[in-house]
Amino acid sequence: MTDLTNLGVKAIRDGVKAGDFTAREVAEGFNTAVAEAASLNAFIVATPESALKAADATDAKRAAGEDLGAMGGVPIGMKDLFASHGVQTTAASHILEGFKPEYESTVSQNLWNAGAGMLGKLNLDQFAMGSSNETSAFGNVSSPWRKEGTNAAMSPGGSSGGSSTAVAARIAPAATGTDTGGSIRQPAAFTGICGIKPTYGRCSRWGVVAFASSLDQAGPMARSVEDCAIMLGAMAGFDPKDATSLQMEVPDWEAALSSDLKGKKVGIPTEYRMEGTDQAILDSWEQGKAWLKDAGAEIVDISLPHTKYALPAYYIIAPAEASSNLARYDGVRYGLRDLPEGAGLQDMYAETRAAGFGDEVKRRILIGTYVLSAGFYDAYYTQAQKVRALVSQDFEKAWAKCDLILAPTTPTASFPLGSLNDDPLTMYLNDVFAVPASLAGLPAMSVPAGLNPNGLPLGLQLVGKAFDEQMVLNAGLAIQERAGFTHAPEKWW
Amino acid sequence: MSDYRIQGATGEWEVVIGLEVHAQVTSKSKLFSGANTEFGAEPNSQVSLVDAAMPGMLPVPNKECVRQAVRTGMAIEAEINAWSRFDRKNYFYADLPQGYQISQLYHPIVGEGSLLIEADEKHGIPEDKVIGIERIHVEQDAGKLMHDQHPTMSYVDLNRSGVALMEIVSRPDMQSPAEAGAYVRKLRSILRYVGSCDGNMEEGSMRADVNVSVRKVGDTELGTRTETKNVNSVRFVMQVIEYEANRQVDVLESGGTVDQETRLFDVAAGTTRTMRSKEDAHDYRYFPDPDLLPLVLEDDFLEECRASLPELPDAKRIRYETELGLTPYNARELTHEVETFARFETLLSAAAGAIGKSEADVATQVANWALSVAPGVIKSLGDEGDASHATAERQAAILAMQGKSEISGSQAKEIFEIVLKTGREPDEIADTEGLKQVSDTGAIEAAIDEILANNQDKVEQYKGGKDKLFGFFVGQTMKAMQGKANPQVVNQILKDKLA
Repeated sequence: MTDLTNLGVKAIRDGVKAGDFTAREVAEGFNTAVAEAASLNAFIVATPESALKAADATDAKRAAGEDLGAMGGVPIGMKDLFASHGVQTTAASHILEGFKPEYESTVSQNLWNAGAGMLGKLNLDQFAMGSSNETSAFGNVSSPWRKEGTNAAMSPGGSSGGSSTAVAARIAPAATGTDTGGSIRQPAAFTGICGIKPTYGRCSRWGVVAFASSLDQAGPMARSVEDCAIMLGAMAGFDPKDATSLQMEVPDWEAALSSDLKGKKVGIPTEYRMEGTDQAILDSWEQGKAWLKDAGAEIVDISLPHTKYALPAYYIIAPAEASSNLARYDGVRYGLRDLPEGAGLQDMYAETRAAGFGDEVKRRILIGTYVLSAGFYDAYYTQAQKVRALVSQDFEKAWAKCDLILAPTTPTASFPLGSLNDDPLTMYLNDVFAVPASLAGLPAMSVPAGLNPNGLPLGLQLVGKAFDEQMVLNAGLAIQERAGFTHAPEKWW
Repeated sequence: MSDYRIQGATGEWEVVIGLEVHAQVTSKSKLFSGANTEFGAEPNSQVSLVDAAMPGMLPVPNKECVRQAVRTGMAIEAEINAWSRFDRKNYFYADLPQGYQISQLYHPIVGEGSLLIEADEKHGIPEDKVIGIERIHVEQDAGKLMHDQHPTMSYVDLNRSGVALMEIVSRPDMQSPAEAGAYVRKLRSILRYVGSCDGNMEEGSMRADVNVSVRKVGDTELGTRTETKNVNSVRFVMQVIEYEANRQVDVLESGGTVDQETRLFDVAAGTTRTMRSKEDAHDYRYFPDPDLLPLVLEDDFLEECRASLPELPDAKRIRYETELGLTPYNARELTHEVETFARFETLLSAAAGAIGKSEADVATQVANWALSVAPGVIKSLGDEGDASHATAERQAAILAMQGKSEISGSQAKEIFEIVLKTGREPDEIADTEGLKQVSDTGAIEAAIDEILANNQDKVEQYKGGKDKLFGFFVGQTMKAMQGKANPQVVNQILKDKLA
């Protein structure tokens, strides 16, 4: 039954419901695929029993004639940033190694309530800080994709690199991701899958290890727009335990999917035409315009004048919040404690945090601490907040001219692991197209557009108005139908 | 102006004082979590996942805490900021699980207000004085370290972690220990009226950071201040100021400079000592808490807060003077503590009902009883009496009998003594124990007739103009009646018969 692992969320859910196969068969298939793909290092912990238990529950419900839920019988991968009750939850950091929460994150609980099961906890960049999945304390994740004619391990993107790899390699039909400054969209683009970051506040942050609270947002990663719509519907919803949660009804995105864009205007931001962007990316952008036009949309040029300030502002705001959010990992109550003989409290903090955090995390804590310091606060943090407001304003003005924005997801395709390790600034540039929507809290999605001349996937990004995930998904569907992206990485693992 | 001065070798110095009072908000649960706030629970038994700062936990503001802060702000007639925001104050300490305290630096919920301290000449406050209040903000309390549980380690109790505090920041408007003491007492009184803080200083529900500086009389520039942290009684606040002011004068007069520093109060020694100097001051890296949206207060909510405010100490005191006709002293004494005015008002209402007069008509009698007579009897009885017997109904019954002249003042005290000792009812005591005045005109008339008949000479002298003899006749009558005759009735009959 291995071909079940080629199925996505919708096909599994509908197949289980129709009785074409059982949820248990599906779970067993993916459990095996996960076990066989250890060399990709996509999972930090596999939880096959958990997947089987959920599958059995679904099969029992079906036998009893009960409703199976929106994700009934679908096993998924859970990014290891979401707290899982009784299962090690690490944020891919040594400082949380062995930590088993006594609670379940709201988003993952919503998914279990909708009938999903858990294949395991997915690797990621440590504390979601990174764009290549090379900062994990549990090792790099390898993309299933390879540059044509080479065997070099490629980056699956980050921080949701375990998620992108698992979905692209067909060892999970879908996975959760989180996006702070592109961490769903960039890995989705690198691995030829779909991923949507909803409007800030759609998905509860309760129980998700915080990176930058004002930006962090969970979302689904899957191989089709329909699958994303289904899974996002199961994840989203108001949560009184998160003060920034949106108190709004969750629309039935799946039911309202339509690739007919007649009467819609798609904005093309001139400022995204940046130096250093691959020709293949620019070509795919042109192709994207043509597809959306074909779907009935009108293409209009728009201006987002503060785009170039977005990335620098992001790299002030996100580290500032992170430096404070990560202060709780102090060796006092949980996680790693490094207490040398005779050491005092300050020594314990220093030793624990030096041993527990990786270099990239330390780099961002230092940046964040610096920009919040007395004497620098106004020059950096206050200024960055002003930029953030201006970036939001850019979008507000753009909505007078268009309903949706089309842009590349990333300036380049995936790169070999290790190739950018000594160049954090170039690494940060990966998120240059993703960050503006994060700062503005807008829904944004990456959908596969094709392969570059090296046989590596490219993504196109759709950014919508706040709360208008439907428009984003619909345009994504229009591209999906026209791109006909059916490429899958050849199995080498 | 306060005339509090420190006589230095080089001249007179005056003191400038500002207080930051931390008041624990009365609320069943914490500022950002549902955990219980009760005092004295087992260590770490009132700690939610949020209070322990577990990964992924988020703060959600507790509306009741916000409401109490707003009501407090309204009670000091302060500006209420319909838009405020929470900021993080970042520092590492083992009693601070998040590694930051959620507070309000940039946009506090309550702005400029003020509080009146009343003239109290006896205690060095010559006239009423308005003390400015700069702001009130709400913030989280920290946990507590316990150093006596293990030979080499400290333990952490997080029960207090996340409990809501109001920080009430005064202007540097106070100039003597007496003024500062009066300010804390008045603030405590207002908080307790409003019900936003229980004011229990021993349990740490209210504590003050005391900012003190000195300057030569006539100087307009402020001197360098020190801040003495966590002072938890009115007396200690006054001691700290006394000590710090004198210490600073000594330092300055011997050619030194006062360091801007944080100090600790040593209760046993009655002195202060350096806790940390300005150089070791933390850089708290304040910034808006990204887990929380700005706090926006709707008009309805503000109206509800205002409508729920009780009559406040100043208004009540003035009403007691103007409407009830009480003396300023009585009015102040009765309105200072919530319990005192509550008891007084219950008794006043019961007594007015029992006597059948308006509250204003009996207020002075009830006030005197409540402030002086009753406490005197209770105190003199000591352990022999049981104050729980002194219900409002019983006291009102005594006051009613006295008000109707059925008993005398001394009989009232005697009856009250028996009430306290036995819990018996005043009417029954008066009847059974013969503690009643005779108002029966027949009996009194008979006694008077006999006295006048036996003292014809004095009657003549009285009629001849020797008015003072009237007292003699009253005395004789009372004696004949064994002290139980109603003096008013006696007076009236005597006057009639001697006319």
